[in-house]
Amino acid sequence: MALTGIQIYKLLPQTNCKDCGFPTCLAFAMKLAAKQVELSSCPHVSEEAQAQLAESAAPPIRLVTLKANGHEVKAGNETVMFRHEKTFYHKTGLFVRVRDDEGPDAIKARVAPADAYAVNYVGMDLTLDGFAIESTSNDPAQFEAAIAAVRSASQRPIILISRDPAVMAAGLKALDGESPLIYGADAANWEAMAALAGQHSAPLAVIGATLDDLADLTQKIQGAGVEDMVLHPVATTLGASLALNTQIRRLALKKNFRPLGYPLIAFAGNDPVGETIAATQAIAKYAGFVVLDHFAPETVYSLLVLRENIYTDPQKPIQVQPGVYEINNPKPEDPVMVTTNFSITYFSVANEIEGAGLPGWLLVTDAEGMSVLTAWAAGKFDAERIAKAVKQFSIADKVSKKRIVLPGHVAVLSGELEEELPDWEVRVGPREAVDLPAFMKQAL
Amino acid sequence: MPVEIPKDTWTGAVREVTIGATAAEGGTRATTVTIGGATTMPFMHFEGSIPHRPLIAVEIVNHRPDDWSHLLLDAWGDAANDPAAWAKAAEQAGADLIQLSLNQTGADGNPITPESAVAATKAVLEASGLPLMVFAPGQAELDNELLVPIAEATKGERIVLGIAEDKNYRTIVAAALANDHLVSARTAMDVNLAKQLNILIGDMGLPLDRVVMDPTTGALGYGIEYGYSVMERLRLAALQGDAMTQLPMLVTAGYETWKTKEAKVGEGVPQEWGDWTARAINWEVVTAVALLESGADIVVLRHPESIARVRAAIDELMAVPAAG
Repeated sequence: MALTGIQIYKLLPQTNCKDCGFPTCLAFAMKLAAKQVELSSCPHVSEEAQAQLAESAAPPIRLVTLKANGHEVKAGNETVMFRHEKTFYHKTGLFVRVRDDEGPDAIKARVAPADAYAVNYVGMDLTLDGFAIESTSNDPAQFEAAIAAVRSASQRPIILISRDPAVMAAGLKALDGESPLIYGADAANWEAMAALAGQHSAPLAVIGATLDDLADLTQKIQGAGVEDMVLHPVATTLGASLALNTQIRRLALKKNFRPLGYPLIAFAGNDPVGETIAATQAIAKYAGFVVLDHFAPETVYSLLVLRENIYTDPQKPIQVQPGVYEINNPKPEDPVMVTTNFSITYFSVANEIEGAGLPGWLLVTDAEGMSVLTAWAAGKFDAERIAKAVKQFSIADKVSKKRIVLPGHVAVLSGELEEELPDWEVRVGPREAVDLPAFMKQAL
Repeated sequence: MPVEIPKDTWTGAVREVTIGATAAEGGTRATTVTIGGATTMPFMHFEGSIPHRPLIAVEIVNHRPDDWSHLLLDAWGDAANDPAAWAKAAEQAGADLIQLSLNQTGADGNPITPESAVAATKAVLEASGLPLMVFAPGQAELDNELLVPIAEATKGERIVLGIAEDKNYRTIVAAALANDHLVSARTAMDVNLAKQLNILIGDMGLPLDRVVMDPTTGALGYGIEYGYSVMERLRLAALQGDAMTQLPMLVTAGYETWKTKEAKVGEGVPQEWGDWTARAINWEVVTAVALLESGADIVVLRHPESIARVRAAIDELMAVPAAG
């Protein structure tokens, strides 16, 4: 059964040598107990202790990494069922599938734009993670040609799809030196697939429609020496898929059930509408990898943003960079409004102004990622900080009228701010962002 | 190897709430709808009972809204000119119930009057037999002026009156209490605020099976993760037996989505955002589906295509897999 940090500490060398990357053996032990590191990070642990710790030390959901040309996609090592309990760690890898019977030119034409795709969301560039290549021809040469076509357009990690070990062997050979995901092993082919996974040190996807089937296969494959596996619980409806994914995650996290302690892969389906919905569920509910059949910017953008939102650490508010934001190409005579750098606050305010088509300068102050009222109550959004931002970002050089609008919730700051900024006119705006456009039209 | 399916044991259940009343029940609705009753987390059919599917409410406005995206107005066509026609169109598009939003100004540009609000409500009730929710503009004084006469004029219909908030719930709850209606209780993405408002409403004597709670959400990209997690926490608390969280949840996915730049703006946006119409609908659908997964019992939507897609998703999520 799982050991506590103190129990683990007693089995460690207790030399605080730091070779594991942690300052003390106790710190490392605590991380082991929380299943966030692997025992192998400690080079000095005795064999005896190793055996005792092995069971306890492994994360309940194994970390699996797909690698290619400097790119990595990781899945696993998750610790909670619900994101508010801590956080979800490894963002679902999004892959686009091509089939070898499409022909190399068509494949290249589909892969190139998907590979180059990057969309900016709150200052981050979001991209897809890789490609899945399926052998529908069942011809090793054609599979190799498809892989070459993908590699001519993208260096990202690959999922190879074929149930035929001979075809898969050709594919793996074509990707020598990489760690693609082998998809996959079923009851009929698992021995040959496990052998390939061993030879190429590549993770192996295991396909099964029930928990029993999956657990049977993973145990056999582990017996054949393969550790890195990914599960594909095959389901025909959203509801069935949700149930299987939830059951597997629960067994791994709550029961420490090793045979199902692996990340999950989901295939979102072949019609573009259903695909978006299936991928939405897969991202929210536990898939480590999702394979899409279509690349359309309007779909991929929404899924990438969802992934970002679901995998945001709930304990750390998302912040925007403090500074001056220009909305609707403001001119020097346009108004200056101030708010905090909590992303939701920023978006509420910026959206209302932008949506109303009104030009303005939005001064975002560093309130440590808190909303207006919270930051004010915590002393992170006061006259001093606002005045500091006014000076730091030289907003006075950009405008002809030194007039600044405070959020209505902090009307109480107006007196102090007038003292801090003697040559500025301080106005109190509405409490809610939604009332800002009307205020701007009427009062400014 | 036989693997035992891990089932969580829950002691609590979500309250059942019925919206609308048929002639036999003192109203005029052709049908009523019931939500809630779940004894497990969303769609976990293998470990508990989910007697009622989540519902789609379609939002219509008392007159053609000038602040709605033309993508929406084009999709509804002439129906959007008239609340009665719009209600019928919403019913045809697959609505389980209607949300009539009252705009601050009337069709003539003058402020809305209680008389015109009552007239619009009655017109919708006559045009469609679906259960109804009526949401006032969200300004305390005006809301009370509009909702009280509406509640009186539709006594017995079991309409959901919105929006009851901490600063303005007494008059609305009293109107619901006196006229056999329900209320929607909205709080700002916080478990404790939601509980507190439910307690206050319960203290006024309104049975909690006449309350739905709106914990508020953000759209995809605009704070959905807060709404999503608050809903999961509320539902977990409900199943663990906390009575003041055991209310069905309503979320205004359409309203939130169609405020976003991604849905609203077609020109001058990054090329990576892709096709405008497809993106806007995706935004509404992804927002709605994610919130269904986190416990929504009613999602309020705006675009007819979103309604169809979300309905298909609910069908699949409610299909109880064969035992085994």
